[in-house]
Amino acid sequence: MAITIERILALQAAYIRCIDNDALESWPDFFLDECLYKVTTADNEKNGFEAGIIYADTKGMLIDRVAALRKANVYEKQSYRHIVGLPNITSNGAAEAQSETPFLVVRIMHDGQTDIFATGVYRDTYRAAGNDLKIAKRIVVCDSSRIDTLMALPL
Amino acid sequence: MNVNVTSTGAISNAAAPMEWPAGELTRIPFWIYQAPEIYALEQQRVYEGPVWNFLCLEAEVAKPGDYRTTFMGSMPVIVAHDTDDEIYAFENRCAHRGALIALDSGGHARDFTCVYHAWNYDLKGNLKAVAFEDGVNGKGGMGKTFCRSDHGPRKLRIALFSGLVFGSLSDDVPPIEEYLGDEIATRIKRVLHKPVVVTGRFTQMLQNNWKLYFENVKDTYHASLLHTFFTTFRINRLSQKGGMVVSPSGGNHASFSFIDKQNQERDYAAMGIRSDNEDFALKDPSLLDNADEFGDGCHMQILTVFPNFVLQQIQNTLAVRQILPKGQMQTALNWTTFGFADDTPEMKTRRLRQNNLAGPAGYVSMEDGAVGGFVQRGVAAAGGERAVVEMGGSGTANEGTRATEASVRGFWKCYRAHMGV
Repeated sequence: MAITIERILALQAAYIRCIDNDALESWPDFFLDECLYKVTTADNEKNGFEAGIIYADTKGMLIDRVAALRKANVYEKQSYRHIVGLPNITSNGAAEAQSETPFLVVRIMHDGQTDIFATGVYRDTYRAAGNDLKIAKRIVVCDSSRIDTLMALPL
Repeated sequence: MNVNVTSTGAISNAAAPMEWPAGELTRIPFWIYQAPEIYALEQQRVYEGPVWNFLCLEAEVAKPGDYRTTFMGSMPVIVAHDTDDEIYAFENRCAHRGALIALDSGGHARDFTCVYHAWNYDLKGNLKAVAFEDGVNGKGGMGKTFCRSDHGPRKLRIALFSGLVFGSLSDDVPPIEEYLGDEIATRIKRVLHKPVVVTGRFTQMLQNNWKLYFENVKDTYHASLLHTFFTTFRINRLSQKGGMVVSPSGGNHASFSFIDKQNQERDYAAMGIRSDNEDFALKDPSLLDNADEFGDGCHMQILTVFPNFVLQQIQNTLAVRQILPKGQMQTALNWTTFGFADDTPEMKTRRLRQNNLAGPAGYVSMEDGAVGGFVQRGVAAAGGERAVVEMGGSGTANEGTRATEASVRGFWKCYRAHMGV
């Protein structure tokens, strides 16, 4: 089954719905067991700096991050609203596709304060196994290097 | 419209009195985080006073021509590596009309030209050329008495220490080693003992006064109470021992914890039993694959230098943090993560993973980005009230425990000495 743009769109729509609806426990399932999820900035990418604000190179690390957010870390109640633009498919083979998709994330605090929290692009690699499409790699490149207060929820 | 005011004198416009008994370090008045006049005074007496401000890493201006822009309090600064192989720093302000000379965060340059009227500076901050200095066709131009060498941005004194670049506007600041104190200097050299490589830069904007963050870093008391990641996942080592050193000035400190090797095996066994509890075990414990890279068993060292520097070693994640005030109610926390030039691929990967512990999304640090704001919001109407800083007594001396606020009191001792408040 070819990786069509419809399948990529469906995955992206489900991904942002998962985070914005506070269903974080399902978030790691969008990824392969061996994966890379990294949040970085355009400036770091330009300079070839490898460190991420968040860095996970296994699905287990994503599960751990959700567990930490639920059980250990302290942060004020907040939610995101992701607005994701159209993916530009940069390569598309039979089993693997890559795309770059702009995003805008608005953070809504418990008291109603609503601010643009992050903008940037998702640089993605998808891999298909039968009907299943998973993320092998998602590099979240934020346009700005400034993070307000803290980054609790993933992008 | 009539407003019914019974007595025009009933509400005084005078600010609440800003009182603080001399020598008092266990009570901190909340107006110190709020008053605009304090912010102005800090620029004068702290940042431009007899202190060493951390500016950047030498590795960030490694080659002649490399430069970075930063701040000393609210004063914009250029740090440049000149062709004579020395590092210079000067105010990022054109001597002409005061515009910024460099507009970006750094790069490589032979000289600097202000975009406004093209006044030109060398990498030491000397004014080298004034556009149309002699006028055009014999008309205009600068006055006959104008001398370029009389004009220029303020130049900083520079101190290099273990790859750190510090700057000062003061002629009275002690030499850097003396300023740091022996124990702090030794603990900086312990981490920065070989060439570093920058791996990332992030800015965390804190919605609070800079001092609340500086106190937070020095406050060892809150660590296991606010940050529950290690305890939740049962990865606190029972044999962990800790301590703290405070410099004679009070302004610099290092807190550290290390493994008691005698009890290590017993505790690892205990951890093994605990990790059977699936609910409280990491799915991927590779995050905790810690290498004793400094060979002393010390797996955590947090160090501060007054007024704006933090050196962090949490396991194998290394970073410097620069604390910059952005108004009385906001602070920029500039993180620069690094490794060493001779890191193996395994060590590089280890650091990338462990970076999850610190930074704006750090498992054991994200709360620090918010907790200062909780205080700033909490004390909004309490300018006349005071914080209690009495854990471990009233002293600022070194202690063999982390259940103390001695280094927070040390901060205030140093701060009050500089500020004269």
